[in-house]
Amino acid sequence: MEILYQNILEIEWRQVVMWVIGAVLIFLAIKKDMEPTLLLPMGFGAILVNLPFSGAAHVVDRLFDVGIDNGELMPLLLFIGIGAMIDFSPLLTNPKLMLFGAAAQFGIFFTLCLASFLGYDLNDAASIAIIGAADGPTSIFVAQMLKSNYLPAIMVAAYSYMALVPVVQPPIIKLCTTKKERLIRMDQKTYNVSKTTKIIFPIAVTIIVGLVAPDAVALIGFLMFGNLIRECGVLNSLSETAQKVLANLITILLGLTIASRMVADQFIQLDTLIIIGLGLFAFIFDTFGGIMLAKFMNLFMKNKINPMIGAAGISAFPMSSRVVHKMGLAEDNQNFLLMHAVGVNVSGQIASVIAGGLLLTIVKGLIA
Amino acid sequence: MNISVEKLMEALPIMGKGMLGIFVVTCVIIAMVMVLNTVTNTKKNDQ
Repeated sequence: MEILYQNILEIEWRQVVMWVIGAVLIFLAIKKDMEPTLLLPMGFGAILVNLPFSGAAHVVDRLFDVGIDNGELMPLLLFIGIGAMIDFSPLLTNPKLMLFGAAAQFGIFFTLCLASFLGYDLNDAASIAIIGAADGPTSIFVAQMLKSNYLPAIMVAAYSYMALVPVVQPPIIKLCTTKKERLIRMDQKTYNVSKTTKIIFPIAVTIIVGLVAPDAVALIGFLMFGNLIRECGVLNSLSETAQKVLANLITILLGLTIASRMVADQFIQLDTLIIIGLGLFAFIFDTFGGIMLAKFMNLFMKNKINPMIGAAGISAFPMSSRVVHKMGLAEDNQNFLLMHAVGVNVSGQIASVIAGGLLLTIVKGLIA
Repeated sequence: MNISVEKLMEALPIMGKGMLGIFVVTCVIIAMVMVLNTVTNTKKNDQ
């Protein structure tokens, strides 16, 4: 009979805490519909690897070795799927919107300063700061390349905050804007973006970003490769596969793989809480950066910009643009900001990869 | 957690370089898209 209970006696309180965290992630995924494709596998994985002497731990460890540790394959392959899902037309229609995507990376660099001030080494501080990219694959890629000691907390924070965008952003947007600003209507301009532009765009962006930030070329290259498949018009079947089958397959495994690093003794630390707090800080100042640029531009522009669209510059796509659109409608039910917000949001996707690449290039140069 | 002004001073120039870098690259991409839109003769319709 001893064999039935001897393992139960080995349970540690930290493992029970991880089961609770796993259950909370599953609850958020199912009941609150927050990034269920990632939070559910992560939640289940957190329980799986925190059973005493878990026989699954080495299997998910192997997944981590192959999928993340060895060449960051999973985040990169996921980027092909994401690239295939993104329609850059709103951005190509009004390319100036890209400036908001750039401004909304401010939270990354501001958090880098705060994390450094709190005593984190530069590689860890940069890895924590990149949570503000609001982009799971970029966060994993940068943290892994910089060999951060806090990869599990960074991954969990990055994906959790992406899910929490509808909760985090609205109060910040309201705090940073006046009612009058939120009521600003923007012209609905439509351009017929040519197919040639749509095809050249991903190739040209890869070359430009690759030349400036060579460490980001894998990220931007895979993202833009996915987009090229979508836009070329002759690979519709591959595009559909990338958007659905490939993205789903990687997502299922990525959630479990991330959970491989949610082992109790590594995860339950004060640093995890601090990192989660710093991630929130990064999201707040990303939102702030985008809004402030819009307000600044309004000082000089005849046709005013609704500063709320600046908040969509974080790359959490499409959640952030939806938040801005809904807030616009809540203020004035005839104010349709969606197209502008989507343009800013997809530009945030590109800008976050550029930010990640620049951070890698600069930090690797300093710690080498 | 050890408060470190020295590390903060090390990070500040990175913030400057990083934000400047993002805006420079972004401006290059904006210029490229504008040229592409002009060359490929896109038509503008104001609604």
